[in-house]
Amino acid sequence: MDKYDNVSELTQQYLDRELLRFTTAGSVDDGKSTLIGRMLYDSKAIFQDQMEQLETASKLRGEEHVDLALLTDGLRAEREQGITIDVAYRYFSTPKRKFIIADTPGHVQYTRNMVTGASTADLAVILIDARNGVLTQSKRHGFIASLLGIPHVLVCVNKMDLVDYSKEVYDKIVADYTAFSEKLEVHDITFIPISALEGDNVVTKSERTPWYDGATVLHHLESVTIAADRNLVDFRFPVQYVIRPHQDYRGFAGMVVSGTIKPGEEIVALPSGMRSKVREITTYDGPLEEAFESQSVVLSLEDEIDVSRGEMICRRHNVPHVTQRIEAIVSWMDDKNPLSLTGHYLLQHTTHVVKAYISELLYEIDVNTMHRSSADTLELNEIGRVEIKTAEPLFVDSYRNNRATGSFILIDPVTNLTVAAGMIRTDTHDADDYIETQERARRAEAGAEPGTAGRTAPKSEHITYEAGAITLADREKRNGHKAAVVWFTGLSGSGKSTISLALEKQLFEEGLQVTRLDGDNVRHGLSSDLGFSIEDRRENIRRVAEAAKLLFEAGQIVICSFISPFAEDRDFARRILPEGRFVEVYTTADMDTLKSRDPKGLYEKAERGEIQQFTGVTSPYEAPESPEVVVDTAVATPEEGLTWVVDAVRGVVR
Amino acid sequence: MSAYHMNHLKQLESEAIYVFREVAAQCERPVLLFSGGKDSITCAYLARKAFWPGKIPFPVMHIDTGHNFQETLDFRDYFLSELNAKLIVRTVQDSIDKGRVQEETGPQASRNALQTVTLLDALKEFQFDCAIGGARRDEEKARAKERFFSFRNEFGQWDPKNQRPELWYLFNGQKKKGEHFRAFPISNWTELDVWQYILIEDIEIPNLYLSHEREVVERDGVLLAKSSVVPLMEGEHHERRKVRFRTIGDMTNTGAVESPAHSVDDIVQEIAATRTTERGGRADDKRSEAAMEDRKRQGYF
Ligand SMILES: Nc1nc2c(ncn2[C@@H]2O[C@H](COP(=O)(O)OP(=O)(O)O)[C@@H](O)[C@H]2O)c(=O)[nH]1
Repeated sequence: MDKYDNVSELTQQYLDRELLRFTTAGSVDDGKSTLIGRMLYDSKAIFQDQMEQLETASKLRGEEHVDLALLTDGLRAEREQGITIDVAYRYFSTPKRKFIIADTPGHVQYTRNMVTGASTADLAVILIDARNGVLTQSKRHGFIASLLGIPHVLVCVNKMDLVDYSKEVYDKIVADYTAFSEKLEVHDITFIPISALEGDNVVTKSERTPWYDGATVLHHLESVTIAADRNLVDFRFPVQYVIRPHQDYRGFAGMVVSGTIKPGEEIVALPSGMRSKVREITTYDGPLEEAFESQSVVLSLEDEIDVSRGEMICRRHNVPHVTQRIEAIVSWMDDKNPLSLTGHYLLQHTTHVVKAYISELLYEIDVNTMHRSSADTLELNEIGRVEIKTAEPLFVDSYRNNRATGSFILIDPVTNLTVAAGMIRTDTHDADDYIETQERARRAEAGAEPGTAGRTAPKSEHITYEAGAITLADREKRNGHKAAVVWFTGLSGSGKSTISLALEKQLFEEGLQVTRLDGDNVRHGLSSDLGFSIEDRRENIRRVAEAAKLLFEAGQIVICSFISPFAEDRDFARRILPEGRFVEVYTTADMDTLKSRDPKGLYEKAERGEIQQFTGVTSPYEAPESPEVVVDTAVATPEEGLTWVVDAVRGVVR
Repeated sequence: MSAYHMNHLKQLESEAIYVFREVAAQCERPVLLFSGGKDSITCAYLARKAFWPGKIPFPVMHIDTGHNFQETLDFRDYFLSELNAKLIVRTVQDSIDKGRVQEETGPQASRNALQTVTLLDALKEFQFDCAIGGARRDEEKARAKERFFSFRNEFGQWDPKNQRPELWYLFNGQKKKGEHFRAFPISNWTELDVWQYILIEDIEIPNLYLSHEREVVERDGVLLAKSSVVPLMEGEHHERRKVRFRTIGDMTNTGAVESPAHSVDDIVQEIAATRTTERGGRADDKRSEAAMEDRKRQGYF
């Protein structure tokens, strides 16, 4: 880096540091403020004049020693109450790293602040008072860290001076907390015995804990590996702002929130689905050969396509879920208005703000015990799982895979306040992940493991997801082929029935496990209560998709043959299956051909207005954007079409 | 280190650029406040980067107390024209002349509190709905809880109890008519970060920051520059010292420090080793421990 060349050596030492953001949690009086004060003090982040102020303040309060805790305690109102009640940010640095501390209070009513502080943290420091052992609050802090996807947890067992630096006391706490943490989705937990007040194992290693041979708190913070936590795989670029200095240049400004991108690579813009290539990655410091996660850049594209704020640029073959229905864990943050199932909200996701409503509150999670129970609402500091519907599609990933595209806030449109923070749980969409989840669900005690929430959640605490002891993998092994869903979509008369029936016959004769669902066998039973309004047709398709999934899990190749006019419904069917197991077949023909076929005279009746809501005439049909197979039956024969579909299915199930 | 490594300055820069773009996208009429100090210089420079190759899509405003160093004003005009930014100036003197505020009297008189009124009047005059400032959270305890997007009610006031939680990088910019925001792109920077950034980016700064000889008077442990707005009190006298300023504000209350640092590199080393906060040099903060908090409640940025 040439910029660094003309800088003195001494100064260079401080320039190349990594940034680590951590949050601190502990119950009142566990010694959190003292620990932070100690780190700031010992790393010389406290200045002389602050020290003098501190001494004056400590004296005014009638204290003999300088109270390090006073350093981190901000507003006067809080000082008077003697507790901190909001998230405060502190800074210090060592030659290795710059640290940003989100300091949050551990009071039971302040889950909100802990969630806020945790949202950007790489690591959580949890304090436990050695005299008290593992209390409910300590578990709550771990649970919130897990919920917010903090990759690293550091448990400081504090006040070791008050338990004579006892190894037994420490070991018991480590054992208890380790047992508890197995229920969490935190994969890196470290324990350190400390005395924040005396400084043992905070910055320097203590002689009073000879039995402990791990790192000090500061050393751990300086050396824990965070580079591997980044998502450098899934390129996501929410457009923030469009830059148009003149007619010939249109640049899309934003931050690469995950993944990497190079000029020349193919991209797709969501929701339009328009494709192009990256022409240049522009920055003030010159064009880049590659942009990666965390960089703020400007992208320009080869083609003049229209992308605006709130839209997202991704790679063609790696896109997030496009959906108007999400399931999420929300943490309620409004102290006046509880969650409402009738009210409307604004949902802010990346740079996109859409109207939304909460269609269902599935259950509440007790932050202390992690137990789930049904609930009518959520109030301040309560956490629960909800289903949300939005007025426009969102482009989401599961929070577990992507904190930036898996998170959102809800805003009350009347007060404009931020009322909830949400973490999206999408259905699993990767085959390996899917099988792993099944395995995990089998092992977990019912309802106890948050990891099982990766599946669509049960609606009542009494029904928990039971994976059979026999897995899909077992069934596929015995069948000698994989399971799949082959979904035919297209207008009436386009050839769905003809080709799908022939497909079923052929696969059956080859000895494969195959089942077919169509309007005839569904409308009379599973959906006999539904009519033909848009709402009902969508519900019908949803039921078919879920039924197909059950048959899929039983190892079947499931053929579905439905007009299924809405892309979103078909995408739902695709999304609830492991990736690569859904074959969408689009049968089509020009309108004149369709009308001339019209075996039941339906088009004619529809045009005369005798049938309401007839797809293609009086009701819309959204053609698939990238189906696995397209058969234009005006051009191809049914036999030709069949061979294409058979090839595609073989590619999946073999 | 992997090819995808970013050092802390690059990360802070990217974060600040992100904040600037959020402001420009979410607010209709933002304005960048400029005091002439290193933080607002850094901010203006970052704004340029954020919208490159376009122009900065909002004006820059200076609230001139009339007690500024001439060097600050000269630098302001030069620097902003280099950035191709549009400058608006509103003066405290004007507010005094219009009877909006009353000047403090006596040798310790300061216009620091008065500029709040001038600022709020100017925001109203231009109907600005977001004032972007260069405040940092490490400056003072009361600022440690400040948000990137800080909500102000229709009186321009800040209510520490009524701030919106700020999660991830999702800034809630919803507001009603008359309400506005303050936005702080360099919230997460420390004094040292700012100087390191100025150093590696080679950003120009006013000479006041570098060591020079100047006539000063020592008052309550603070060195104030000789000027017509700082009359001598009984028993005081001017003397020549080798000084520089760590912050640049009004001549009435910006203290100089004795320092031999005559390059930005020297400054970085001095800060890295120093044991006094930059605010320690500001006379107005010494007036009360909770001084900053009180000013913030009234709409000071
Ligand atoms: N003996 C002892 N006291 C401590 C230790 N850490 C903190 N304390 C004391 O515990 C009390 C609460 O500490 P504080 O840092 O304010 O707790 P917070 O509420 O978690 O921020 C104070 O009186 C501290 O001096 C420690 O390691 N040993």
